Amino acid sequence: MNANEFILEMNNISKEFPGVKALDNVTLKIRAGTVHAIMGENGAGKSTLMKCLFGIYKPDAGEIILNGNKINIRDSKEALDYGISMIHQELHPVRFRNVMENIWLGRFPMKNYGVLKLVDEKKMYEDTEKLLKSIDVDIKPTEIVRNLSASRIQYIEIAKALSYNAKIIIMDEPTSSLTENEVDHLFNLIRNLKKNGVAIIYISHKIDEIFQISDEVSIMRDGKMVGTWNASDLTEDMVISKMVGRELTNRFPARDVVPDGVILKVENLSSPFPKSFKNVSFELRKGEILGIGGLVGSQRTELVEALFGLRSIESGKIFIHGKEVVIKSPIDAKKYGMALLTEERRSTGIFPELNILENSTIANIKKYKGSFMLLNDKRRKDDTKKMVDALKVKTPSLRTLIKNLSGGNQQKVLMARWLLTVPEILILDEPTRGIDVGAKYEIYTIMNELTKEGKSIIMISSEMPELLGMADRIMVMCEGHLSGILDKKDATEEKIMRLASKYTD
Amino acid sequence: MPNKIKDYLSQYAIYFVLLLLIIVIAIKNPTFMSFRVFRDILSQSSTRIIVALGASFAILIGGADLSAGRMVGFAAVLSASLLQTANYPNRFFPGLPQLPIFVPLLITLAVGFIFGLLNGFAISKFSVPPFIATLGSMVVIYGADNIYFSQPPNNSQPIAGLRSDFTNIGTGSIFGIPYLIIIAAVMTIIMWIILNKTSFGKDLYAIGGNREAAIVSGVNVRRRILLMFAIAGALYALAGFLEAARTGGATSEYGNMYEMDAIAACVVGGWSVSGGVGTIPGIIVGVFIFTVINYGLTFIGMNPYWQLIIKGLIIVSAVAVDIRKYLAKK
Repeated sequence: MNANEFILEMNNISKEFPGVKALDNVTLKIRAGTVHAIMGENGAGKSTLMKCLFGIYKPDAGEIILNGNKINIRDSKEALDYGISMIHQELHPVRFRNVMENIWLGRFPMKNYGVLKLVDEKKMYEDTEKLLKSIDVDIKPTEIVRNLSASRIQYIEIAKALSYNAKIIIMDEPTSSLTENEVDHLFNLIRNLKKNGVAIIYISHKIDEIFQISDEVSIMRDGKMVGTWNASDLTEDMVISKMVGRELTNRFPARDVVPDGVILKVENLSSPFPKSFKNVSFELRKGEILGIGGLVGSQRTELVEALFGLRSIESGKIFIHGKEVVIKSPIDAKKYGMALLTEERRSTGIFPELNILENSTIANIKKYKGSFMLLNDKRRKDDTKKMVDALKVKTPSLRTLIKNLSGGNQQKVLMARWLLTVPEILILDEPTRGIDVGAKYEIYTIMNELTKEGKSIIMISSEMPELLGMADRIMVMCEGHLSGILDKKDATEEKIMRLASKYTD
Repeated sequence: MPNKIKDYLSQYAIYFVLLLLIIVIAIKNPTFMSFRVFRDILSQSSTRIIVALGASFAILIGGADLSAGRMVGFAAVLSASLLQTANYPNRFFPGLPQLPIFVPLLITLAVGFIFGLLNGFAISKFSVPPFIATLGSMVVIYGADNIYFSQPPNNSQPIAGLRSDFTNIGTGSIFGIPYLIIIAAVMTIIMWIILNKTSFGKDLYAIGGNREAAIVSGVNVRRRILLMFAIAGALYALAGFLEAARTGGATSEYGNMYEMDAIAACVVGGWSVSGGVGTIPGIIVGVFIFTVINYGLTFIGMNPYWQLIIKGLIIVSAVAVDIRKYLAKK
């Protein structure tokens, strides 16, 4: 074996954030001209590892070796200079600027006008046109990015990453808002890059994608590297069991609730905004878990936020227990027995600087008014304690700040918050995003218990196995339309994907 | 297409407001529509425009530069102290020789640049929010200004007896066009080029629009912010220099609250306070609106205190209309 077998080696990388060991002695070796997939549950450390490679985070320990030379990457500019580019998981456009400025940001083509060195807009336009044409994408270089759909924006990110002519391209969830055809398109681009000797580090949750495109697979779990295998030596079950660290059989608790009777009925709900949800009709039964699938940008979150009174509705009707209701704000929604756990736990869920007691009782604080309009702390404590015990929140005390809990425990506190309002309909938007496997199982168990008690759940999820494992029915959205509802018994990943790409522009 | 008309109206709302103001004033007093009035409004806007151009930088990255007004004040005192006539009895520097005018100008600009650099340093190196960093420097600069101003033999006397070649910059004209207007126009064009045609300007829009995006695209965000505040400082210094020349004197109270007018002009002109959005014509129209209110309402004899009420209402309603543009698209 020669020394240049690997174009890139990340050896013994460790990274610690306050309270979490995000990366623990992780080693990753990448060969030129291959697609190397990294798999793992949310929070396994994949993105953190890539951010260390791309200069966004500085590893606490370990070394990075590129083409046999040890390098030190201090920021993203240096990573780019070393020939490493990245498609970021969270889309990173500057929304108010146009396509070409987004693509060439940080390295605008310049031209000398006498003593002045100005941006060469003409060259930038032509280069952008050429670049987009080379990947068969038709977007006007001067279009303002905020006017584009999520999948177009993802293409711009892809085009940008390719335009660096990098030797290593990191793709962190590049298909999260692409339709089936677009994914095929991307894979063709990747195969071309491979032919030219480019190494691709590919992160995805979608196991079928991994088997389609990758040569090698590295699997991470809880900040540690489980190992690296040839993709051809692995099966889907093997990947999953290595990812979760136990056998596949117990990923989801068994559901034995038989839903009965309609509790919520939605008729032709439409948003006033052209790109948002239109004409959505569905029913939710008592004791049911209704899953909502779809790509990023399919307006699932917008739909449930409208149901909860956070967004305006132009037309359509909502019935609860057969009675038409008007929900104009979360205050109304709460009155009708609804609760919403938002998608972004950190920005719209927790109050990070408040403790568990405050976080748990905030949605229901009026109930605890005692004499002289003051809060009755004893009752608040008792109720919170009961919930914390019932949901098995791991915390030293009720006075612990919520920001110091793990993601899974934070999510449980948020569940406690809403359960204290005694809801009938729980809307959970990506309830297990970014929490570890064990906690996921506990959340699923809680969901089952709740439905047994007769509560109904709407669950948005981007994780196909979660939808298939937990939902009684799965409704799939695409570009704001409801593209179909599948029963648990005949739902498959393939069917969901097809419905998720039913309407494309 | 009522939606299109609505879009159009909200896009150009501020231009209609300016037009409406002019029409109302012109109906009350038709002599308002004259070259002389037009020229007066332009020259009264000139130094304000330069201050607003500087203040727009901080707004572009989602901050606010509160030190603008006090920098104008210090620059006015500094340049006036260096440009008194030799035979004026109460000179700031009694023995100071007659300097070529560009020397005090360069000194003033350099001081403004350095103050700006210090703002930028606190903001980019120590991550102090711009609002706080410039709140601090605003107070510091006012203190420094007064220490300088109160030195014997001046002892806080208004600085007067300025050289005519200096005051001529503020009051003179060429072919009937005041120098002030020409200088403001040149600065406007330079700022337009900086913001729209240089990589520095485009980087600033990117930093304001999505700082993370700029960082992962390899933009040196810290250095950009440092330079940005330094240039803003130099612009305030230029405005102070011109204010001293225009009024023929200076005190340490010069420039008081100019930063508020500058920020108001920017936001009324469509600059988003959350950063990343704004145009040079927007700033100009924003400044004009306030000058027209000032000048025009005096022109038709309205109680000056009404001007303040109208001004305040315009600031709030302009932003209320402007923000709708972004909310509706969500």
